[in-house]
Amino acid sequence: MKITKEEVLHVAKLARLNLTEAETESLINDMGNIIGFADKLNELNTDGVVPTAHAIPMQNAFRADEVKESFPREEILQNAPDSDGDGFLIPKVVE
Amino acid sequence: MDLYTLTAHEIRDMIKEKKISSKEATQAAINRINQVEDKVESYVTVLADEAVAQAEAVDAKIAKGEDVGALAGVPMALKDNMCTKNVLTTCSSKMLYNFKPPYDATVTEKLKNAGTVLLGKLNMDEFAMGSSTENSYFKKTKNPYDITKVPGGSSGGSAACVSADEAYFTLGSDTGGSIRQPASFCGCVGLKPTYGSVSRYGLIAFASSLDQIGPMTKDVKDCAMVLNHIAGYDAKDSTSVNIEHPDFEKALTGDIKGLKIGMPKEYFGAGIDSEITTAIIKAVENMKALGAEAADMSLPLNEYALPAYYMISSAEASSNLARFDGVKYGYRAEKFSDLLDLYCQTRSEGFGAEVKRRIMIGTYALSSGYYDAYYKKAQQVRTMVMNDFNKAFETYDVLVTPTSPTTAFGIGEKTSDPLKMYMGDICTVSVNIGGLPAIVIPCGYDKAGLPIGIQIIGKPFGEATVLNAAYALEKTITKVRPNL
Repeated sequence: MKITKEEVLHVAKLARLNLTEAETESLINDMGNIIGFADKLNELNTDGVVPTAHAIPMQNAFRADEVKESFPREEILQNAPDSDGDGFLIPKVVE
Repeated sequence: MDLYTLTAHEIRDMIKEKKISSKEATQAAINRINQVEDKVESYVTVLADEAVAQAEAVDAKIAKGEDVGALAGVPMALKDNMCTKNVLTTCSSKMLYNFKPPYDATVTEKLKNAGTVLLGKLNMDEFAMGSSTENSYFKKTKNPYDITKVPGGSSGGSAACVSADEAYFTLGSDTGGSIRQPASFCGCVGLKPTYGSVSRYGLIAFASSLDQIGPMTKDVKDCAMVLNHIAGYDAKDSTSVNIEHPDFEKALTGDIKGLKIGMPKEYFGAGIDSEITTAIIKAVENMKALGAEAADMSLPLNEYALPAYYMISSAEASSNLARFDGVKYGYRAEKFSDLLDLYCQTRSEGFGAEVKRRIMIGTYALSSGYYDAYYKKAQQVRTMVMNDFNKAFETYDVLVTPTSPTTAFGIGEKTSDPLKMYMGDICTVSVNIGGLPAIVIPCGYDKAGLPIGIQIIGKPFGEATVLNAAYALEKTITKVRPNL
């Protein structure tokens, strides 16, 4: 399987990663090998096989819609890289 | 007698019988940490003062005759991907280098309620991605049997710690073998429970449909004891299963007469070291001498489980790790031009090479045009692998296999070729694909003296059966302690 530089850069953009030139080069190689390995799955005929998302069969796990106590705001904001005490601070998005 | 060498159930009983205090047990573990941790490097965070204070509090309660929980005063340590309130939880990543969760994971809470003492948090491959613990941002943990070798991974810290007697028991997590392979490499006991047995609430997610938390212990009885206290339904984890679990410790009768053992031939062929195959076959002979019946059988799809696993786990990881963006917690890049750049710079600087590789693979497998070919295809193969297991369990009670194709390999030996590292997971990933329980215990040692682990796989919620099989086998094995 050959993965092109353009594909690597496109996927990196989707994944919100900036890659260095060296990272890009090694990912072209590694992803080619790993995806190539996954192509082995094509040896199996899976026509009509239902995909499994979870090993243990379960339906939607519903719960009662009750109001419960939430975390105190200051405890949640404690880990914020930047905060004004009320919310998370990020660079301005809207002019 | 050195207290630190004792098992967790021995410590539990001695504290209960007031032969020792929790403080003595805790101090013994801390002394051991001070003695060998420089060599082993299994901890990311050691909580020496906090642990002594916790132990004193338990001792005070015992003195007053108060209820202190079934594991009162037993010191233990947790893999650093399990949330501990106000205690650093890093996932061994730069991304979470400063993260102190505002809440306890359900396993943390349960063990607290049982009265245990937390000694610290254990090293791992970053975000649990890896098979050698070399992907930690902080340090490389060493194998207590030979410090030039890896401890396995991703729960390498948990395995090395308990093997080196730096805690009486630990917890690990297992997505594709991350409890069992390090248990095999470090000569301890490790159990991956059935998917849904143990709550994942507060476990920092890698691949949500595969992750399970389990005990890593000095013997099988400890493993059953710890499982008793962490298993069970939890409303906070919508994938946790609401069933009645038996008392796993009481299930250890040692009677395996008539136990039907299947030995899948795909796990014993080319690529597995002959010393390992020999040790596993000898262990099965021991079990037969105790009345078990064993037969060769086949799980023909095993070779497809590995590529299916890497597609599914990477896809789920790419989705789970999208939350690390430098906004709500953890690392944030110092320089960025706008919001999008903040996300990208933070993620590029915060994640290590292996984590980026998995995110890239997963994003590719989920991207437009490739979804059906890789992600859906892998999930279909998952169905077929599970059907294989279901069929096998119509005939057999347990399946017995090697855990890893080799014993512990050298530090740095496999880091240059990711695919080669992935191939080492060939014996363990199918168990996660099937959501099955599996235990690993040491069953011998290779010529270099490195432990060989045997894997016993059970039916869904068949933990009691695999634990009892392992318990019976354990009595026939002479254990060699690491010499640190």
